[in-house]
Amino acid sequence: MAFEIVAQVSDIPVGQRKLVEVRGREVVIFNHGGQFFALLNRCPHQGGRLCDGKLTVAVTSSEPGHYDYHADRQVIRCPWHAWEFDIRTGKSWCEPDRVKVRSYRTEVLAGTQLVRGEYTAQTFPVKTENDYILVDA
Amino acid sequence: MISALRPIDCDMHPVVPNIRALVPYLPANWAASVDDRGIEGFDSISYPPNAPLSARPDWRPGGKGLPVSLDDYRRHVLDRLDVQWAIGNCLYGAHLAFSEDLGVALASAVNDWMVDTWLDPEPRMRASIVVAPQNPQRAAEEIDRCAPDRRFVQVLLPAMVEAPLGQRRYWPIYEAAQKHGLPVGIHAGSSYRHAVTPVGWPTYFVEDYASQALAFQGQLGSLISEGVFNKFPALTVVLLESGVTWLTPFLWRLTKFWRGTRSEVPWVTKPPIDIAREHIRLSAQPFDAPDDAATVARILEHLPGKDMLLFASDYPHHQFDGDAVLPQGLDQETIRRMAQDNPRATYRRLEEAL
Amino acid sequence: MSQTVQGTSNSGVVDCDIHPAIKSFEDLRPYMSRHWWDYYTTYGLRSRQAFVKGTPYPKIAPSAMRRDAWPETGLPGSDLDMMRRQHLDAHNIQLGVLNPLNPSGGDLNVDFSAALCSATNDWLVDTWTSRESRLKASIMVPYEDGQASAAEIHKRAANKDFVQVLLLSRTTEPLGKRRYWPIFEAASEHGLPVASHVFGYSGHPATSGGHPSFYLEEGAAHPAGIQASIASLIFEGVFERFPNFRFLVIEAGFAWLPALGWRLDKLWHRMRGEVPHVTRPPSQTIKERIWITTQPMEEAPRPHQVVEVMDQIGWDRLMFASDYPHWDFDDPKFGLPPSLAAEQRDKVRFGNALTLYGRS
Repeated sequence: MAFEIVAQVSDIPVGQRKLVEVRGREVVIFNHGGQFFALLNRCPHQGGRLCDGKLTVAVTSSEPGHYDYHADRQVIRCPWHAWEFDIRTGKSWCEPDRVKVRSYRTEVLAGTQLVRGEYTAQTFPVKTENDYILVDA
Repeated sequence: MISALRPIDCDMHPVVPNIRALVPYLPANWAASVDDRGIEGFDSISYPPNAPLSARPDWRPGGKGLPVSLDDYRRHVLDRLDVQWAIGNCLYGAHLAFSEDLGVALASAVNDWMVDTWLDPEPRMRASIVVAPQNPQRAAEEIDRCAPDRRFVQVLLPAMVEAPLGQRRYWPIYEAAQKHGLPVGIHAGSSYRHAVTPVGWPTYFVEDYASQALAFQGQLGSLISEGVFNKFPALTVVLLESGVTWLTPFLWRLTKFWRGTRSEVPWVTKPPIDIAREHIRLSAQPFDAPDDAATVARILEHLPGKDMLLFASDYPHHQFDGDAVLPQGLDQETIRRMAQDNPRATYRRLEEAL
Repeated sequence: MSQTVQGTSNSGVVDCDIHPAIKSFEDLRPYMSRHWWDYYTTYGLRSRQAFVKGTPYPKIAPSAMRRDAWPETGLPGSDLDMMRRQHLDAHNIQLGVLNPLNPSGGDLNVDFSAALCSATNDWLVDTWTSRESRLKASIMVPYEDGQASAAEIHKRAANKDFVQVLLLSRTTEPLGKRRYWPIFEAASEHGLPVASHVFGYSGHPATSGGHPSFYLEEGAAHPAGIQASIASLIFEGVFERFPNFRFLVIEAGFAWLPALGWRLDKLWHRMRGEVPHVTRPPSQTIKERIWITTQPMEEAPRPHQVVEVMDQIGWDRLMFASDYPHWDFDDPKFGLPPSLAAEQRDKVRFGNALTLYGRS
């Protein structure tokens, strides 16, 4: 695995997502409060494309009848069957230890670092004045 | 032979012979009303007395009516199968009364009658506390009243009443049960507040009884979805006379749906099938399976847990003939668990020296 | 980018449950009389439930649809081109059975219900089956009125684009009751199976112990209504009375079916005297006269156990259904257990459906 440049930071505003292709794999990049998280675009259940799912919030509960809504705990809900996955880890909300979607490390680097460095992408035009998202996939 | 294990009969039915038997235990106004108003009784149509299911022909006294005496049960099951303890679940219809006052009075009367008629004369007898679910708070008070008698080992509810049993209105019952260390038994039967199927009233009694298994599915869905076991983590619910084999497929379906809809019930943080394995037990009479050992073995493999089944005769209901009280083809280990280990683990009070 | 998934066989897949949607009620207007259109716009739809719009239990996704199936306008399932691209072509669907769920069969006003069903049937032909030969349709009927349903069946049966009669599972009485017999008689006369698809409003609680609180419970409870209706069909003697009657269960899963047969067998033996017109063990009738679709596939902690239950049901009974474009859709490639033998897989994916629909 190696980091690959997949998008400009400005391509994905906070709360948005973008589908990219990394070495033949579809990967969804989420901007979660300025941090970027990357998940394989494939639900481990039946293969639903997560990029088409609903980005929403994980509701938890301290006891029956109480609904705790944590706006900072975002999940992607698969468009098929509505399984929820934590966008930061790829872990399913129902059975986090047993079911998870593949997640990848991300990094943000300035164009100035990229133009000189080892990450220069063959196919992704890089300008020194921009910041870029890299995925380790 | 099952008698070698001294089995624990987890579901048998003491029959209130008629309303007059309860008059001595009713408050004065209700006792008088029996005569004044000509109250005929609260026998539930869930078991029409002469229907083939309601009693085995060879157990009917003189071939007619229902066996109502302790001696009948001793002769037919208790002595014959060398039962160590038997749990009496009286199905008399306190839950049928539309007046909660009458329901509460009937429930108390049944419990007091149970002590005098079954528990005191027979040291092997135990019983469930009958309550009127029409008013859950008053049901909890009845549990508090009866629970000090350690021969009451369970709280009894019917499979169909006003609302699904997981709903919070019923939680005073579970709170009281948990406080006294009593499981809650849900038994086939209905107060007929709703049609007995989700598609209305069927023509035949055979459909009414068949649909009991469907009611248990709804109740299990309700208990788990509403979070009863979150709130009352020490509670065990025993499904009595449910038929058993519906359980696994229903839990597969419920668990699959939960994976998609768990945000609707965020307190349910474990797969429903795991919650059921921990908190649900079932009496294994009837056991809806063909007389085929391989099929029975497969059903047992598919059950979520090995400690879920409890031996029961379902006396006097006609579920088996002769001494064929067990499904075909059970291995000795399973029989021992059903007859002894599982009932003892479920009904802790059984092991107490009285 | 949609990937093309090939079936294990060149015969592709028969999908027994595809839901076409109207873009709006205007789609049906050309097929309705002035009176019924005015009635609709004035009084609207009324069934045995409380709501003007929406459903009593909020779904887990809008309109219970897949989020990736919304066309630019209208509901998922309302755009034939998108259905072709996303489903028929992508999954090698050779034959798809259309089961529209727009309100029609269960309206309290049975005359209006009949008008809605007739309009829906016209629309199915004009908008779908005449434009796409892979798609076949169900005859929608105002099922609470047996005679009106029979009339609609007689009217449509000559059109070979209709392959079955469809009603919703939550009828207001158990399905074996005599009020429904004209439906079975007419369907049998034309050699059409009668299919029951879950949902509808019976007016009775979704569980017989009362109205549950949650969509989760309602969803889990759907097979219960179907099971009660199967018991009713059997004990009312419908299968004896109509020797050509064949019954298909849609979208209720299937794993509950063996246990139902075992229970009914025991009770039939015990209480035959109550139903002397029932001449055969219920499980036998189920095995010979009832078919069942796979979706939503039960999922067990040990997946092979689901295959064992399929084996108990019999490999000539189960028919694949996707439920496209609903949220609990089963994927034609990944929805079935991977361990099925090729012969079993082919029967479930297309063979049994072709037999039932007389198209093998």
